[in-house]
Amino acid sequence: MLNNIYNIFFIPEIFLASSSFVCLLFGLFLKKNAFRQTSNLAVFVLLLTILLVYYDSESNFANYKSLFSHSSFINFFKILALLGSIASIIISKDYFLGIKLKNFEIPILFLFSTLGMMLMIASNNLMSMYLAIELQSLSLYVAAAIKRDSISSAESGVKYFILGALSSGILLYGFSLIYGFTGSMNFDDISFYLSKYDNLNLGLIFGLVFVMVGLAFKVSAVPFHMWTPDVYEGAPNSITGFFAIVPKIAAVALIYRFCLIPFENFYLEWSQIILFLSIASMFLGAIAAIAQSNIKRLLAYSSIGHIGYILIALVAANDDGIKAASIYMFSYMIMNVAIFAILLSLKVKNEYLINISDLKGLSKSNPIVSLSISIIMLSMAGIPPFIGFFGKFYVFIAAIEQELYVLSVLGVLASVISAFYYLRIIKLMYFDESKNEGIINFQISFQSKIILSLSLFLIICFIFYPSLLINISASLTI
Amino acid sequence: MIDWPLVSVIIFLPFIGALIILFIKEDELTSINIKWATLLTTLGTFILSLILWLQFDYSNPSYQYEEKFRWFDDFNFFYHVGVDGISLFMILLSTFLTPLCILASWNNIKKRVKEYMLSFLFLETVMIGMFASIDILLFYIFFEAVLIPMYLIIGIWGGNRRIYASFKFFLYTLLGSVLMLIAIIVMYRNTSSMSIEFLQGNYFSYNTQLFLWLAFFASFAVKIPMWPFHTWLPDAHVEAPTAGSVILAGVLLKMGGYGFIRFSLGMLPEATEFFIPLIMTLSIVAIVYTSLVALAQTDIKKLIAYSSVAHMGIVTIGIFLVNQQGLEGAMMQMISHGLVSAALFLCVGVIYDRMHTREIEFYGGLVQRMPLYATVFMIFMLGSVGLPGTSGFIGEFLVIVGAFKFSSYVVIGAAFGIILSAVYMLYLYKRIIFGTITNNKLADILDINTREKIILIPLAISVILLGIFPNLFLDPMRLSLELIITNYEIANAK
Repeated sequence: MLNNIYNIFFIPEIFLASSSFVCLLFGLFLKKNAFRQTSNLAVFVLLLTILLVYYDSESNFANYKSLFSHSSFINFFKILALLGSIASIIISKDYFLGIKLKNFEIPILFLFSTLGMMLMIASNNLMSMYLAIELQSLSLYVAAAIKRDSISSAESGVKYFILGALSSGILLYGFSLIYGFTGSMNFDDISFYLSKYDNLNLGLIFGLVFVMVGLAFKVSAVPFHMWTPDVYEGAPNSITGFFAIVPKIAAVALIYRFCLIPFENFYLEWSQIILFLSIASMFLGAIAAIAQSNIKRLLAYSSIGHIGYILIALVAANDDGIKAASIYMFSYMIMNVAIFAILLSLKVKNEYLINISDLKGLSKSNPIVSLSISIIMLSMAGIPPFIGFFGKFYVFIAAIEQELYVLSVLGVLASVISAFYYLRIIKLMYFDESKNEGIINFQISFQSKIILSLSLFLIICFIFYPSLLINISASLTI
Repeated sequence: MIDWPLVSVIIFLPFIGALIILFIKEDELTSINIKWATLLTTLGTFILSLILWLQFDYSNPSYQYEEKFRWFDDFNFFYHVGVDGISLFMILLSTFLTPLCILASWNNIKKRVKEYMLSFLFLETVMIGMFASIDILLFYIFFEAVLIPMYLIIGIWGGNRRIYASFKFFLYTLLGSVLMLIAIIVMYRNTSSMSIEFLQGNYFSYNTQLFLWLAFFASFAVKIPMWPFHTWLPDAHVEAPTAGSVILAGVLLKMGGYGFIRFSLGMLPEATEFFIPLIMTLSIVAIVYTSLVALAQTDIKKLIAYSSVAHMGIVTIGIFLVNQQGLEGAMMQMISHGLVSAALFLCVGVIYDRMHTREIEFYGGLVQRMPLYATVFMIFMLGSVGLPGTSGFIGEFLVIVGAFKFSSYVVIGAAFGIILSAVYMLYLYKRIIFGTITNNKLADILDINTREKIILIPLAISVILLGIFPNLFLDPMRLSLELIITNYEIANAK
């Protein structure tokens, strides 16, 4: 269908892929400030890609051998991933310069990983799905280990690689079983083939379970979450920020599409798995975070908990569920961008903040920063009137629409437990007397400040004009 | 009538005040400006809320001053506020107590004055907003948002165990209210409406009602608090600063009672009928048990905190009698307790500011040095006991009259509690005020100063006013309460 050869370059994925190579060359030939310039270029490229995604209404690329699909849901998540990626490149720039990690490859890795995510979100075929997952994961393995002289960074990279490869292997095995028993790799064909049957045969059930395990690894749902805290902890903070913000978006979109398209008729089979993953993630995320002293590990467990809530909406498996997931994912991204924008600018004795206890007495020295952190924490805990509350609210609406009463009650109970550790951070900043006053300083670049203020604005002011986001998410079709 | 959005102005005036204060840079010189700005804002809110009362139409049982506009496009969630006879006095109570709280903390809050005032203004906005909401989700948002400023007030400006108390307060109440969120969503799913006005009726099947009732109960029983969910209250009260205790006892506890009337009685009548024996039992246990516990306390604030639980037991009995006397009594008891316990905490604050201890043992013979203080304290103490002529009497009397229609065992329990309340309050008064000064540190304690007079005298006047002219307060709320009782009886008759 591609009549005009130039139109190829206006397909968002192809544009992003080719621009990433241009960025790579650009960085390679720059002598000075290669990292900074490449980052700026990468942000520019991603912005253009957002425009292309937004205006790319029919997407010829999507129809290519039906490897990829095209829908409003896909576009929404693509834009979300791109926005997250832009935000995390901008907020991490000063951090990288601060720890003298100036490899210009970092933004390029982010670009390739984002490309992989866009393909992941759009993929409509087991093969393209696998390749897209690998594209984004490989870039992330390298990114985790990018600080080569740091043992912890290397360790986290290797850990992430081994566990990621394991999960990819399981995923691939699942794919092969599904292909073997249905004779097709295409989501729509699988769905069509399965519609003739009332129940899945044993091989397909195994295939489904294996794929679910693989995907659970990618979204870091309990009990396949073990890599998350370690990788979060070991990787440089800004890479952790990227991990927390972006890949989750793509993985969630993928797990939604995988469950709701090829296996839509076998709700009972996969919903049991998702149900378990959801409950386990919510509770483990809430309980394990309480004991953490490292802020990155805490955020890792917090993100595991959030995944649990998003999976509730998947168990609901209705239109409200899709709406809830997109609103929740949006709020999750905004909150994580905000908290990482702050963490990447907070220094204690010239070291970037790691220990939660270093936040003690922050409210005296930096009242505005601590107020912002408190708002983000309350929002993450789901206390109204902040955006996090509405994310949870929509999830529970979806769940109750499907009469999942027990699941909803468990969900709110877990949210009470998780409120404890979010409150603990507020307690450290406001209630505890500071021993290390004056050694915390907060330096933030102009660009990060814009990102931070914008996301705080959205967290606080969502309640005043909710209709914009809600109308968009209500119109999404998977 | 008034054609401008009076209720919204009352709700958001403190919030706007808070936004202005946010931009005052705090230092030694400007902290007095911050205090004045807060005081004037809260006074302005109070005066505006008086207009609500003056313009109130006594012959209209449903909501007045309604404002409504669509908020969320995808489901029937409205910004819908208004005032009826039940919420009118709750709002007045909030707006009346907040300026007094600001005055009470005028000198004894020395650190972080700005944040303190911000918390109080935000707290006032959410309290008023909660009582004025006619939309359940709006109600819920305000209901939970109350936790944020209160958590900070206890945690930052509280006593030694403030962290424990603030966490307990927050998590306990959050646990209750998240269950209410589920109940709200279930209600919405069954009726496609979030309007409190619309849901006042009987829209749910019996079994659904039972579950919904339990979910709401979890939230309000913790808030009010009922025995055995009251354990957060003594901690929160003891550790909170004086003004925090005042708001906690004066307004926040009333949120539970208000919720019971609006939601349990109004929306879930059949389930209420089913659970009445449970409530009565818990209430009587609460009255007797916490009165006995109060008797054994050595900390003045803790004693008053336990007495609050006992008084709230009378309120829950009154509410769940579901007859005219009972409900009117419960409302009067809530208003009266709001004033009296607030005043008692302020009185404790007066001597705490001077001596920095709340141990009963420490004091004794204060009447020798502080005659004026002894007088106002006596008024409030008698109000708490329920002496005729004070506000406490009206509420207790009406509840007991109503209870006779229900069961004489309840009457015996409630009356026993009232006797016990006289015992512990008089005993407290005797130990603190009477006798001769034995403690040398008290030898030159000063009587209440002008600021404290300004705080305590309006409270004393209103306690007596309420006791002598109860109809001033009962008339506006009568029809709204009748409406709830009528709905309730229709639902249970079929």
